[in-house]
Amino acid sequence: MFWLKRNLPRLVIAPSFGVLAWFVYGFILWTIYISFTKSKLLPVYDIWGLDQYFRLWSMPRWHVAVENLFIFTTLFIVFCIFIGILLAILLDQKIRAEGFLRTVYLYPMALSFIVTGTAWRWMLNPSLGIEKFAQDLGFVNFTFDWLVTPGMSIYTIVIAGVWQSSGFIMAIFLAGLRSVDDEIIKAAKIDGASLVSVYTKIILPMMRPVFMSAIVILVHLAIKSYDLVIALTAGGPGISSDMPAVFMTQMAFHRSEIGLASASAIMMFLTVSAIVVPYLYSELKREDDRK
Amino acid sequence: MRKIIIAIMAMVLAPTLSYAGSKAEVLHWWTSGGEAKALQVLKDDFAAKGGVWSDMPVAGGGGDAAMQTLKARIVANDAPAAAQIKGPTIQAYDREGVVAPYNIDAVAKAEGWDKLLSKQVASHMKCDNGKAYCAAPVNIHRIDWFWANKKVLDSNGIKMPTSWDEFNAAADKLQAKGIIPLAHGSQPWQDATVFEAVALGIGGNKFYKKAFVDADAKTLGSSTMVKIFDQMRKLKGYTDPGSPGRDWNVATGMVMEGKAAFQLMGDWAKGEFAAAGLKPDVDYYCASTPSDNGYLYNVDSFIFFKIKGDEKVEGQKLLASLMMGKNFQKVFNIYKGSIPARLDVPMDDFDKCAKKSNADLNTAAKKGGLLPSFAHGMTLELGVKGAIQDVVTEHFNSDMSSQDAVKKLSAAVKAAS
Repeated sequence: MFWLKRNLPRLVIAPSFGVLAWFVYGFILWTIYISFTKSKLLPVYDIWGLDQYFRLWSMPRWHVAVENLFIFTTLFIVFCIFIGILLAILLDQKIRAEGFLRTVYLYPMALSFIVTGTAWRWMLNPSLGIEKFAQDLGFVNFTFDWLVTPGMSIYTIVIAGVWQSSGFIMAIFLAGLRSVDDEIIKAAKIDGASLVSVYTKIILPMMRPVFMSAIVILVHLAIKSYDLVIALTAGGPGISSDMPAVFMTQMAFHRSEIGLASASAIMMFLTVSAIVVPYLYSELKREDDRK
Repeated sequence: MRKIIIAIMAMVLAPTLSYAGSKAEVLHWWTSGGEAKALQVLKDDFAAKGGVWSDMPVAGGGGDAAMQTLKARIVANDAPAAAQIKGPTIQAYDREGVVAPYNIDAVAKAEGWDKLLSKQVASHMKCDNGKAYCAAPVNIHRIDWFWANKKVLDSNGIKMPTSWDEFNAAADKLQAKGIIPLAHGSQPWQDATVFEAVALGIGGNKFYKKAFVDADAKTLGSSTMVKIFDQMRKLKGYTDPGSPGRDWNVATGMVMEGKAAFQLMGDWAKGEFAAAGLKPDVDYYCASTPSDNGYLYNVDSFIFFKIKGDEKVEGQKLLASLMMGKNFQKVFNIYKGSIPARLDVPMDDFDKCAKKSNADLNTAAKKGGLLPSFAHGMTLELGVKGAIQDVVTEHFNSDMSSQDAVKKLSAAVKAAS
């Protein structure tokens, strides 16, 4: 009885721990293993070496996907944070109907990326959406055809992604701003600091942890972005807006290249870890320091 | 709480308790209107013979979702009785060892499938180096079709083109009048569909076979290939700006409405015309794309996996026999827009386009023009096919020169194989 009482928490947590260990970490290991094999249609288990990685990096399409990932991730993070902070600061000015406005900006987050992608696909389609609307209004020379222009289609994904996620970033920053002590702001104002410098010099630097969380959330959203791309451009025109996640699904399930797909999945995994691990490390270290 | 648990248990166990003589679980993605109706014919036939059909439809994405499910089931050692698999993928599954023993071969031998099918179609259905049947064909789709709006063509004095130059001339004329010459959805598979028809027309039958059946490096890098890409660039100019990413049936709609004149698409497009109540030669024209008696085919088929249990093997045999049955082949293909794979089905009840397809098939077979479609996975390994498709769609959607495209094509095929 005493034993049970002492070990009950462990027993309760064990199933979920086991499930997590197997289905997340187990399959990560499995994918790593498969990426070293010659698997094509179905998984095979004879080690083949690093050849899948060499093949992967010799494919022009993979290079397009990686390049797009960097463009998308950078712009997505920069714009989301910029717009998010701007909205948060504006909402922080003790305005009327703040609750209502906050909901308005946060609401896109409630949509799935598929819905966002489809809606923006219609809006950005030159023969249906914004371009046609402006031309019908009389601006005959107005063109906005990024969606169907190979070099520009990746930016339409940025637009839709930012539209969806900046409200969420706003909410994170708003919470951060609210936790700043009013006394500090008052003190700064007494010292004669303008509102702009109060924010840029004092408040935002104090919000370093909020930045970190926002960036980590956005980075993994960006690297995993699959549904948005599929709904908005499906990787097109051509393969110009391809992304690693789209590439991976294509290889695994359309082209019977499970080994190659695993290799690309591992490359994505390493990219995410390269960003998340140092962050986790620094955060955990700080907690240790506090003890 | 206990009642709920019992209810759940009952629901889970119910399917396993009700079994009869022959059983078959069939994985497919024919879930839309005409296709679902077509498949219902088979389900009814199966039930009439006392079989228990357990349906496993996985909708979406032209079978991608279904392939994911299928692979998961096979890896878990729980393959369905039959699945909708076609082309060289049939033999690829066989090489993985999940098909043998060939349960349906005895049926095929007893019913004489070798005589009922053309050699070409039969060769796709056999495993173990062509020794045994492991799949059953249900239809033949033709890919290289032009669909055109009759009113638009007639009022502009244009006939269905018999050469690509004729098509270009007609398209220029239409474009000058503000009509979109070619309704196209620039998705990779649609670009590849157009590309293979152009390649067949400009390169000829032998060229097509060398390039897309044998994946011959010299042919892929030849000057003929440059000409084919030149024509693709021309065709791009005949499409409208809204084309990238458009679904094929939306493009068909443009032809129906008269916004566009032509569409190049396989004969499933006929289903769209039929659904709108339009008739061939009255409202629209159907003709093969210009080529020298060429015919690009796509044969849908079901592969039969290795499974355990006598009643399941019986189910597979019954299923294979019914799929090749005259009744099913006729009714199914009228719904689906294709023609029967079986040679002795009377064509009287089919429409004009299907009859033409059937007649052309026989001519093409005699003249060496009966060729498998690579865009629809009837030839080439999927990886190689995908690599070609990438280059084709990249070229079509950018300002890449034809020479560069050919160079990229050779490199991509080499890297993928």
